Amino acid sequence: MTTADPVRAERTPPPRRGGFARRGSVFLTTHPRARLALLLSAPLLWLVVVYIVALLLLLVTAFWTVDSFTGEIRIDWTFDNIVTVVTGALYQTVTLRTVGVAAAVTVIDVALALPIAFYMAKVAGPRAQRALVIAVLMPLWASYLVKAYAWRSVLSQDGILEWLLSPIGLHTPGYGLTATIITLSYLWLPYVILPIYAGLERVPDSLIEASADLGGGTWRTMRSVVLPLAFPAIVAGTIFSFSLSLGDYITVNIVGGTSQMLGNLVYTNVGAANNLPLAAAIALIPIAIIFGYLALVRRTGALDNL
Amino acid sequence: MTDHAAIRLTGLTKEFGALTAVDHIDLEIAAGEFFSMLGPSGSGKTTVLRLIAGFEQPTSGTVELFGADVTRSAPFDREVNTVFQDYALFPHMSVIDNVAYGLRVRGVGRAERRDRAMRALAAVRLEQFASRKPAQLSGGQRQRVALARATVVEPKVLLLDEPLGALDLKLREQMQVELKQLQRELGITFIFVTHDQEEALTLSDRIAVFHDGRIEQLGTPRELYERPASRFVADFVGTTNLFGAEHARTVLGRDGEFSVRPEKLSLSASAPTAVGVRSAAGTLVETIYLGSAIRRVIDLDDGPRISVLQRNDRAREEDDLRGDRVHVSWHDEDIVALVPPGG
Repeated sequence: MTTADPVRAERTPPPRRGGFARRGSVFLTTHPRARLALLLSAPLLWLVVVYIVALLLLLVTAFWTVDSFTGEIRIDWTFDNIVTVVTGALYQTVTLRTVGVAAAVTVIDVALALPIAFYMAKVAGPRAQRALVIAVLMPLWASYLVKAYAWRSVLSQDGILEWLLSPIGLHTPGYGLTATIITLSYLWLPYVILPIYAGLERVPDSLIEASADLGGGTWRTMRSVVLPLAFPAIVAGTIFSFSLSLGDYITVNIVGGTSQMLGNLVYTNVGAANNLPLAAAIALIPIAIIFGYLALVRRTGALDNL
Repeated sequence: MTDHAAIRLTGLTKEFGALTAVDHIDLEIAAGEFFSMLGPSGSGKTTVLRLIAGFEQPTSGTVELFGADVTRSAPFDREVNTVFQDYALFPHMSVIDNVAYGLRVRGVGRAERRDRAMRALAAVRLEQFASRKPAQLSGGQRQRVALARATVVEPKVLLLDEPLGALDLKLREQMQVELKQLQRELGITFIFVTHDQEEALTLSDRIAVFHDGRIEQLGTPRELYERPASRFVADFVGTTNLFGAEHARTVLGRDGEFSVRPEKLSLSASAPTAVGVRSAAGTLVETIYLGSAIRRVIDLDDGPRISVLQRNDRAREEDDLRGDRVHVSWHDEDIVALVPPGG
């Protein structure tokens, strides 16, 4: 095979030259900057103009005022809205309540998601694993509103929960904060299960076996090997449940009874009260809380291994 | 204690659905032995190792460790430790924490476990890397950390699952020597799984050759190499020239498959006449230079294509002519008759 075979060389056609597409390919291959520009310009334009600028405009609105006589927005730069939101008793109470609900939802979701995700990633066979992924995703195919109203009917005084609990002397919590926490926990559970499942999938089985091999029982293996390695994924899941709960206002409207969350205050100020600057100032609260949460998580070093 | 084998497997069987990975294995491994399980992938050798470690439960049969039945006990209750193929070092722990893990789990005090972990690291010459993370080590270093981690808890039996598979050739040869030394120093039983026949021959006191979930042959390296019991073993352990039944009569003058190792054959221009030496005529088709040896490929007139391994002497340099007529000869005692499967 070391000598060249002229017959075979003739049979293979040489690469075709010329042609617009081919010249374009050659240009992009030899000009990496042009390649980068072509690839990123459209998504960057979308991200910067449509997404970030729109958000910034809303936040800038927080420093404007509303003319109390005409109801028009006036560009008078002021910190009044911020001061109102930070010092007002109503806003403090609602902020604490919202953070409490979001924290409770997050704790419940992580507690539910961990065993489910562990079972999916490490125990179930390939067939059961696929079925469970679909089962977890399935609720996401249904409308948010449908699910919230379904919980409204479940939690009502003559609903299925009351019917199930009354024989053992318990009762449905009715509409209120508890109902809000239950419903939000249900709504965001898939968003917590999936990242934890993906994180546990990346933990090699051999690490769990190695821990058992070295004498580690189930609990020790969980605590010293599985949880530390899954921690970034758990944090990713909590970011979903926590931030989605902070911003929610529909669920609390449907099952929350008279309770209000930050989202409701934003909603009433945009709508009924027609005070967009105050609404924007209120909207800054969950953003600030999420930034604080991310900074806290980052300091634990959990995100270094992502 | 001394009258018990380190490991005794009785009728050990493992089925995965319709597949029988391990098929009624009976095996005794003596204390202090360097025992290898050799076979191609899918031959069941790794499954046997995992059954001994306790990561899998057998479908039937028993596993005994120094006379005690451990078939149904959990991995963490068995006094065996494993060196994993991918090393399985905990990525979030430093090297010393990895090595000390088994001691921490056993409730050994902080000072003592640090002491013992450092000694185990010193044994594999890694004490200066104690505070690094596994990701900052090379493949060979990780391998040695895995060894230190498995031996620091002083197991009675050390299981090694293709531990050298991911290393390059030079490092592998160096680690083979280190493994052998370590085993001699610790005096514990090593059970070594590999698909590399050369590695198994180099390291082992005894080897079990696995094929389709069964032990095809069990013996010392010399027995396996010189007297393979079957066509599979002859072919898998080392390279050999196999003569099918159809050639046995024409070449050897009797029936039944047989094999001859390439280095047992010699070449000459004319047929030799010594007593106990037989020969066959053929044509030289290829000469392959291997450095320490020369391999010649010959088409026998009345037989298959065979290969002959010769030492690389200066005298052989010039005779690499393709197409030459040659006589291949062998001593009768170098012929290995192969038992047909099931016969």
